[in-house]
Amino acid sequence: MHVPDGFLSTPVWATLDAVAVGSVAVALRRAKGALGEKQVSTLGVASAFTFAAQMVNFPVGAGTSGHYVGGAMLAILLGPSVALLAVFVVLLVQALLFADGGLLALGANLVNMGIVAPLVGLAAFRIVGSRTPRRAAVGGFLAGLLGAEASALAAGAQLAISGTAPAGPVLLAMGGVHLVIGVGEGLVTAAAVRFLCRARPDLVPGLETQRA
Amino acid sequence: MRSVWIGVALAAALAAFASPLASSLPDGLERVAVDLGFARRAVPRGAPAADYEAPGLERTALGTAVSGVSGVLAVALLAIGLGKALRPRKEIT
Repeated sequence: MHVPDGFLSTPVWATLDAVAVGSVAVALRRAKGALGEKQVSTLGVASAFTFAAQMVNFPVGAGTSGHYVGGAMLAILLGPSVALLAVFVVLLVQALLFADGGLLALGANLVNMGIVAPLVGLAAFRIVGSRTPRRAAVGGFLAGLLGAEASALAAGAQLAISGTAPAGPVLLAMGGVHLVIGVGEGLVTAAAVRFLCRARPDLVPGLETQRA
Repeated sequence: MRSVWIGVALAAALAAFASPLASSLPDGLERVAVDLGFARRAVPRGAPAADYEAPGLERTALGTAVSGVSGVLAVALLAIGLGKALRPRKEIT
């Protein structure tokens, strides 16, 4: 899913870099003074796990692999602003240390994986609701699946607007393969939500924790 | 903060032990780029550990594990540093 340099036209990557800079500024302003000790810990551990999990590609058939991205899960845990900052940190380390994802395309990748996936994923999670662990897990699955699909279609649209590939085929191909990868994203997100419902219910927003 | 470092250590363990087992097949976007004929447009770029291969340990599981653990630590330090900077200030005026 990480777009390398060379795939996007200059107007497209430059516009998305500008959108990314503005979004990071807004996220910083919204998060400033709003993070308690607990959220700082969650941010550190969740970002570290997001990076680690993104290294583990799983085969999805047809000689293709995919990996968990984590935008939806971060948004469920931390809200969209802090999730964007977490994805930004992960993408920055990947691009600078490991040449994974372009530098000029960093804005495109941040928009796709740090804005589109978290917002779509969080919307799905909230629509499903999370009063019980089962419901929260279903919401987590849909959040992961739809977040991955939406960011893949966003990347496809950017490739089409750049003139890199015709719109129909690239949207169909990106959307198709990421539907399968998105099932993996959904399963990991559901498992993570389910685990937190047991281990740290205080971190799952909306979960009704009944004390016996 | 202690439980944070336990969490980061677990993430580092995931990076160390699972990433060498990861599939090396092209990912979704790489597959689409090959199928639609724009894969060659990608501009290769140098980096300290490009493609998660640690210098001196190229194409080894140990190199991938070392890269993964380094990346996890870098991400954790940056994220925690950023988080601390975003805590409310205590002083008034």
